[in-house]
Amino acid sequence: MKTIRFLLVLLLCLCLTGCDMLEEDEAEGQNVLYVYSWGDYLDGDMLEKFEEETGIHVVLDEYDTNESMYPRIAEGAEAYDVLCPSDYMINKLIHNDLLQPLDFEKLPYARQYIDEDFFRQCKTFDREGKYTVPYCWGTVGIVYNTRLVDEPVDSWTILWEEKYRDNIIMQDSARDSVMIPLKIMGKFMNTTDEQDLLAARDMLIGQKPLVQAYCVDEIKDKMIAEEAALAVTFSGEALYMIEGNENLAFQFAPREGTNVWIDGWVITKNARHVENAHKFIDFMCRPDVATANFRHLGYSTPNTAVREQVAEELGENAELAFPPKEIYEGQESYRYLGEELDKLYTKIWLQVKVS
Amino acid sequence: MNERLSGRLASHSFLALPFALWAALFIVLPLFFVLWTGLTDGAGHFTLEHLSTVLQIEYLRALGLSATLALLSTFICLVLAYPLCLILRERKERRGLLVFMLFLLPLWMNSLLTTMAWQTIMEKHGIINMLLSALELPEVHLINTPAAIVIGMVYNFLPYMVLPLYVSISRIDESIIEAARDLGANHFQTLRRVLLPLSLPGIVSGSTMVFIPALTTFVISALLGGNKVLLVGNIIEQEFTAAYDWQLGSALSMVLMVFIILNILLEAFTDSGEQGRKGRP
Repeated sequence: MKTIRFLLVLLLCLCLTGCDMLEEDEAEGQNVLYVYSWGDYLDGDMLEKFEEETGIHVVLDEYDTNESMYPRIAEGAEAYDVLCPSDYMINKLIHNDLLQPLDFEKLPYARQYIDEDFFRQCKTFDREGKYTVPYCWGTVGIVYNTRLVDEPVDSWTILWEEKYRDNIIMQDSARDSVMIPLKIMGKFMNTTDEQDLLAARDMLIGQKPLVQAYCVDEIKDKMIAEEAALAVTFSGEALYMIEGNENLAFQFAPREGTNVWIDGWVITKNARHVENAHKFIDFMCRPDVATANFRHLGYSTPNTAVREQVAEELGENAELAFPPKEIYEGQESYRYLGEELDKLYTKIWLQVKVS
Repeated sequence: MNERLSGRLASHSFLALPFALWAALFIVLPLFFVLWTGLTDGAGHFTLEHLSTVLQIEYLRALGLSATLALLSTFICLVLAYPLCLILRERKERRGLLVFMLFLLPLWMNSLLTTMAWQTIMEKHGIINMLLSALELPEVHLINTPAAIVIGMVYNFLPYMVLPLYVSISRIDESIIEAARDLGANHFQTLRRVLLPLSLPGIVSGSTMVFIPALTTFVISALLGGNKVLLVGNIIEQEFTAAYDWQLGSALSMVLMVFIILNILLEAFTDSGEQGRKGRP
């Protein structure tokens, strides 16, 4: 009796795992594509349109940080075909052999409409330019409230000024925070020099008493509600905030230099629907689709066709949506720094937070 | 263990099987995974490296802060709940029930929502400061401080203190208290010599039920502390997501589990004490 029961339990366990496998097999027979992207990062109507036009069923899963996406790809637990990570994460995926080169022959829209400048910028993290089609981009800058800040905001050092005590919001992200003191000290943001990084850490610890909070998404609400005078934020988010509160303004690139971030489409090494993946990426570059996505998202797009189409309706915010070349030219993008430095960054950030 | 488990199941009933399966799959197995991850390196060899990392000053500081704030919240919850339960005991009629329900009300709402509401209340231009400035009083700085986190914890976890405490206090036999009064004990002496000792099991289990979630929370500290005040829960969350260092995250969880096991042992100890006392005629 005992053994029978034990076997029953065992059988049940097997069933549980077995079901999973069956489901996947079934899906493989269909015309599907597994996409893993940022939350709410494309216009849902465009997804439907893609399904209608191609007959490919898209399964879309979403993540909220690059870091939460990475383990699921690295562990190979889920079989995603297309991802949309940020620069340094693409670098890390390439470094760990988790992506496959794209076949640009199958991406005519991407070749025609994506600005050559951004393919070039991608080479910071995708050295051979084989893996990435840029989708969105922006800079890390300072959004500020003109009622509370009456001096020009053109340098990162304003975030260290005593008179803004408790009025500053920083990004809750090691990379974006450490980048700022590094730029103030005139270092590269991809520096591997431990002394530089420790000096940056000490500056951040010194700044902490002035900081109101370390946030990510809450920055938008807080700045619109005028809870703080200055916040470190991304250009796409700044556009949203300025539309929400006209007292706000944005500095794209403080004079010490800043980070240009790029999120791009890539195909995983283990993708089982490579053909569909290319169709999807190219569809995303088609002018009408890219324009719809831009309207939905508000992040700058490297797609030249979109810029022409929406420039008029944006009016004075056009420059916010499409920063001119002199702003992004010559700026650095993040690179994957290797496991050791990843750990150092985590540690530095921990030390800042518990100080 | 397997034999004992299935033996017990056979002698009792099949009804326990779903839970046994549940417990094995979702409680015991994950715990084993945490221990495994915390005690091995990437290649699966045994190591104490991650546990010793936890002893670094940054982690100890966060642990100390978490323990302090959790203890403080537990104490405040106890101070708030004890008089309430005494009053409720005196009058068991309908009004008492209403008050009791009011105290349990936070449980009816999603704790994320209530915490976000507290954020709005304590913000710089939040409700408290709006009232204060309307009354021409100086504004208070609450949000993003440890005080704000304690307020959030007390609000969220108070029901867990009230429930066991109420059960234990309302079970005290009225005649014992009457006897104490007859023998000349005043209110304070009755409280100290009779009510407190008899309600000790309730105090201990209520404290455990507040202390453990308060020690491990990361939502409350993230929202009300503005990520400026880092608790162990936040570090563990970071290790598993942003830092992708599951080994260290597991090691930290193991250290937390030691706290929790100590707490449960304390509870078990007082519980068995009570049963012994009850057994006497």
